Amino acid sequence: MAPTALLDTAASPGEPILNIAIFGAFVLVTMIIVFRASRNNKTAADYYAAGRSFSGPQNGTAIAGDYLSAASFLGICGAIALTGYDGFLYSIGFLVAWLVALLLVAELLRNTGRFTMADVLSFRLKQRPVRIAAATTTLVVCFFYLLAQMAGAGGLVSLLLGIPDKVGQGVVIAIVGALMIIYVLVGGMKGTTWVQIIKAALLIAGAGIMTVWVLALNGFNLSTLLEHAVQTAGTSDILNPGMKYGVSDVARLDFLSLGLALVLGTAALPHVLMRFYTVPTAKEARRSVVWAIWLIGIFYVFTLVLGYGAAALIGPETIAAAPGGANSAAPLLAFALGGPVLLGLISAIAFATILAVVAGLTITAAASFAHDIYASVMKKGKAEPGSEVRVARRTVVVIGIVAIAGGILANGQNVAFLVALAFAVAAAANLPTIVYSLFWKRFNTRGALWSMYTGLISSIVLIVFSPVVSGGPTAMIPTADFDLWPLSNPGIVSIPLAFLVGWLATLTQRAPEDPGKQSEMEVRSLTGIGAEGATQH
Amino acid sequence: MGDEAPTSVAETDVDFPGIQRSERFQELRKRHRSFVFPVLALALLWYFAYVLLAGYAPEFMATPVFGLVNVGLLIGLGQVATTFIVTMWYVWYANRRLDPIAEEIRDGATAGGAR
Repeated sequence: MAPTALLDTAASPGEPILNIAIFGAFVLVTMIIVFRASRNNKTAADYYAAGRSFSGPQNGTAIAGDYLSAASFLGICGAIALTGYDGFLYSIGFLVAWLVALLLVAELLRNTGRFTMADVLSFRLKQRPVRIAAATTTLVVCFFYLLAQMAGAGGLVSLLLGIPDKVGQGVVIAIVGALMIIYVLVGGMKGTTWVQIIKAALLIAGAGIMTVWVLALNGFNLSTLLEHAVQTAGTSDILNPGMKYGVSDVARLDFLSLGLALVLGTAALPHVLMRFYTVPTAKEARRSVVWAIWLIGIFYVFTLVLGYGAAALIGPETIAAAPGGANSAAPLLAFALGGPVLLGLISAIAFATILAVVAGLTITAAASFAHDIYASVMKKGKAEPGSEVRVARRTVVVIGIVAIAGGILANGQNVAFLVALAFAVAAAANLPTIVYSLFWKRFNTRGALWSMYTGLISSIVLIVFSPVVSGGPTAMIPTADFDLWPLSNPGIVSIPLAFLVGWLATLTQRAPEDPGKQSEMEVRSLTGIGAEGATQH
Repeated sequence: MGDEAPTSVAETDVDFPGIQRSERFQELRKRHRSFVFPVLALALLWYFAYVLLAGYAPEFMATPVFGLVNVGLLIGLGQVATTFIVTMWYVWYANRRLDPIAEEIRDGATAGGAR
């Protein structure tokens, strides 16, 4: 079986109709589940937090489903296949990051908040300004993350359905967006969570089967696999660090920046934080993180094998030249292993992944707008019953349309890399305020606002003037040239800066915050007194 | 429970400053912080050691250990292993040292007239 021969025709390997059929079956099954799950969506707690009725293991699987996005599957496999060891760093950073979430954030957040990240950040500070800031950072992070997922959808489509022109790919991105809108509108958090659970199970099982297959072809010997990868790639560099990030001092610094953003970003991702509200207690939140860590860790070990497997069986040059580029490594490997059927299955899973993650992001962004901006700021907490959820549903449609438009623009970028940008923005804009407000008694409103806006603005400004946006053939705007800042990931500057500014600004505010609220937050965060339990139906 | 403003049950009836000052709560706070801060610091230190080695000592990371498996790959897989170990360690610690005392404080507060 020679994938090269098929790719030469510039059409997709495998059978587009088979791919669509398998994907259609997934959509059908999940739609039925979403409709069934949505029957109890009455209150805001139902719509945003699934009535807090999921168990730790269920939520942990859903977290894995949320987290193991197209970036993890397609992006990391591709990065390992093309740049070898440097791709592996993504996996490690994405995984170790969960310790920050487990040890510092998950349980305390579950105990203090109700629906959104802003609930926690504004708990003992001035409601309006802090909520507006937290909702803004939530929306921006969700937007970057959405871009990455939609860009992944475009790449996948070009590979699987043999749609080489951008217009056709745009249409498919629009279809993916429309499906996602229906999931979230109808199913709310409960429906979205079920989609993620199913998808996580499929993704991990699919990757597991391919991993065993690749290892079996190499006599279950990792060294043999690496040997084949080196043979096909024609260089042993793919085993060593430095292929992508060792070329210059700037690249090495970029590597460090990426490492920082990855490890500090997870615990500040709004759509991950929101998942902690879907369980009844802090103890279940802890259990869900533990489940998530095991599933995610095992999955990343799989991607290591799959990435090198793709390098060995297909070769970096063929992958880079394929439609979809680096993102096509995993689907091409599936084709090389199991022909059109496995390719169809794996592609459907990858599509499902994009769909599920996009749904999770959308409900987070919609909840943040409806709960933080509409109900708490615009209506000052006096929104009519039901109107908040109505606003959330409308927001879903708006976000869906924005995601479709952004996805069409970002089509073709490496998805793992785009996600790393979302991580950098999250780590800089959210993490300092989360950590300070949970652990630093003196922290105050000015500190929170300065820290959040500094983190957000510095990250975005550095991205705009980075080589990602302009100044090179792979940039988003290849024709323009304003790459004044050399690093493609802003984390190494913006994250420490946001921590520092938050600290300085806190010290300059004379008027102390309400000490009673501080007592309440600290006691509640550690003991769970007053935390909202599961809704009964 | 539903669409009202972001406040929650029981809070007006519970004496939060009183609980915060109590010895049991201070003990819980100390136990929590004395675990999570140092353990997380160590884990992050180990992670950044790995990132820095990969960035600035690629020759060391390229040292073969057995077959084509090199030091870098083993340290990478070692990160996965330590993440699992720290996770299990924390769960063990939280179940034994944090949960009982948190439950005790919670029961005391709710028995005192809240709800």
